[in-house]
Amino acid sequence: MAKGLSLVAGGSGVARSRPAVERPTLRDLGEGWSLPRPVRPTLSELFASHSRDAGWVGFLTAQVDRARPILWVQERMAILEGGRIYPPGLGSRDLIHVEARDSRSTLWAMEEGLRCAALGAVIGELWGDPASLDFTATRRLAVAAERSGVPAWLVRLGGSANLSGARMRWRVASAPSLAHPFDPRAPGAPAWDAELFRARGVAPGRWSVSHDSHSFHLVAAAGDRALEQGERLSA
Amino acid sequence: MLTVEGPHGLVISAVTRAAAQNGARVGARLTDARALEPGLVAVPADPAGDAALVERLARWAARWSPLVEIDGGDGLRLDVSGVGHLFGGEAALVADVRQRFAALGLTSRVAIAPTPGAAWALARFPSPRSASPSRPLPQGERDLAAALAPLPVAALRLSPQSVRTLERLGLKTIGALAGVPRRSLARRFREADNPLDALDRALGRKPEPLIATRCDPPPRSLLRMEEPATYPEVAAQALERLIPDLVGQLEQRHLGARRLALTGFRVDDSIAVASVTTSIPSREPKHLHRLLADHAAALDPGFGFDAFALEAEWTESLGGEQESLVEEPSGMRDVARLVDRLCVKLGPERVQRPVRRESHLPELASGWVSALEEDPSPCGKSGSLGDEPFSASSPACGRGGRPQRLLDMPEAIAVIYATPEGVPRRFVWRRGVHDLARVEGPERIAPEWWRAPSKARLRDYYRVEDSVGRRFWIYREGLIGDGRGGAPAWFLHGLFG
Repeated sequence: MAKGLSLVAGGSGVARSRPAVERPTLRDLGEGWSLPRPVRPTLSELFASHSRDAGWVGFLTAQVDRARPILWVQERMAILEGGRIYPPGLGSRDLIHVEARDSRSTLWAMEEGLRCAALGAVIGELWGDPASLDFTATRRLAVAAERSGVPAWLVRLGGSANLSGARMRWRVASAPSLAHPFDPRAPGAPAWDAELFRARGVAPGRWSVSHDSHSFHLVAAAGDRALEQGERLSA
Repeated sequence: MLTVEGPHGLVISAVTRAAAQNGARVGARLTDARALEPGLVAVPADPAGDAALVERLARWAARWSPLVEIDGGDGLRLDVSGVGHLFGGEAALVADVRQRFAALGLTSRVAIAPTPGAAWALARFPSPRSASPSRPLPQGERDLAAALAPLPVAALRLSPQSVRTLERLGLKTIGALAGVPRRSLARRFREADNPLDALDRALGRKPEPLIATRCDPPPRSLLRMEEPATYPEVAAQALERLIPDLVGQLEQRHLGARRLALTGFRVDDSIAVASVTTSIPSREPKHLHRLLADHAAALDPGFGFDAFALEAEWTESLGGEQESLVEEPSGMRDVARLVDRLCVKLGPERVQRPVRRESHLPELASGWVSALEEDPSPCGKSGSLGDEPFSASSPACGRGGRPQRLLDMPEAIAVIYATPEGVPRRFVWRRGVHDLARVEGPERIAPEWWRAPSKARLRDYYRVEDSVGRRFWIYREGLIGDGRGGAPAWFLHGLFG
């Protein structure tokens, strides 16, 4: 499933600070490498680094099975803060969008969606740290997702990483995009800093990843000598 | 006494018996009536309210018959063929109707007759001879003619001109009219408003169908209570008994319900309705019960329900495939049921599917429709815009890249740019400063002159990336000196993922 993303730079401990002028390069890790992903579909939690950073959308949708319909639940506050999903940009053909009044109905709609095995994924966006989102609520979602085999993504905007039953917990931030093949001043393919800070059965780590329509790539952070020797994207 | 506005002042539209005794007549002017009796009390009529009341009563009257027609502004006509025995005979039915209207404080004039015309005549023109409620109901045509004979000719629902003509001819009662040779009447009245026709309809020689609001009665299951129930669980319990019956009817007619309504008839004249809509036709008892249960439990019994009706208001044909023992593998039905459950709980306007629209303005190009809509196929596989799907903004693509998220309303931002017409360098959105590292654009999107007012300004969209890599979609509205307002304003419209 993660074949849609490509990793841009390697491994744990990529330097966070880098000059904006230098562009990362692309390293194709081929078939052997993929982002860590759960053995079977379950609940993953994803924290946006900033409520107005929508970078996680690309990171998430690259890992979603598009052949089947997707249920996308947005809390009202998440729509106000981060905008409503826009299908022409998502490229998903079959989408059910739910605008939930509050966090409670968001969680209810997600759980209801997870009972339906025909879905490709259930994505829910929550704003802040609602009281209704406790360990029990996330645990319920995880169990429901594992029972039906539908991957669930709980996206937290402006929230803090409190106790959770999610099997994988990501923190995703936008990273400077790759070089544009034709226009040096234009944004290129999107890249993200993805940090897996808690996971069951997988070692946590941090990656800089990029995505083209076929695979994840590692992006070399600027100044990362080992990676810069890799394939450089020809401009 | 009720009055309406006439061309020359207030005109009396309805009078009480006491007012009528004091000389007030319907159609007279209020000043004339006041001249005769200064003590008359006049209240303005409320035709709209009356019509609403009659409509409400018509729905309430569905307790006696599924076929109710609102007749004029003040009448109801019910087709009670084959219904009488449910209420212990037609005489008992009439008594029941009369008693229930009396309980509402409404004066009713009820008549039951083999033809609608005759029933109308008997209800509106009670002959002094047959005023007692215990009079036998007319059965055959001869009987009916005898019952109608003493009534005035106006009871045939003729126009006032025809009535006046007949009265001038000395034909004051229906009996007198029936005695005249048909041929001479036919010669005298050639136009549509023919008393012969009316007579034939009243006597059942010509059909007069009721224009029912619903010609094909939808599947409906009725539950009558022994006595009014006021406890709150009654609706849910009634539902459990009604659903199997309704599902049986649906199966028989090869239908699936798209919209179900559970109507509770209260002992006062009110009703309580709970209705749900499904996205695909269904007649699975468990699913339907699950959809309706919450709504049914929320029905307020008020003074008590004495009857329930479960009706499939909107049905679509549904073959027998649902009886298969094996679960359908495609999962389409699962998704449709999920949509049903979400819609019932959250409201249909909150559960939506994307739809492509023919427009090049970003906010119009992709709309949302309720997921319950007729066509479940998403985003226009057969749109007039060709078969190009929503292209995922392929990462390196330049023009046409669309953001993954769009703000409902573009938000004004403060932009610093190198030259007035140049590319932006920095902008402030929601008090956060974003230094732009990379900019692509502009992509010019002109207003749709055939749709927008002529003052609409064009937009220059830029895909921008700030120093930490967040990507936004911002636009400048208008150009300097385009003559459509002051300096161009900047807006942030979307966020890239």
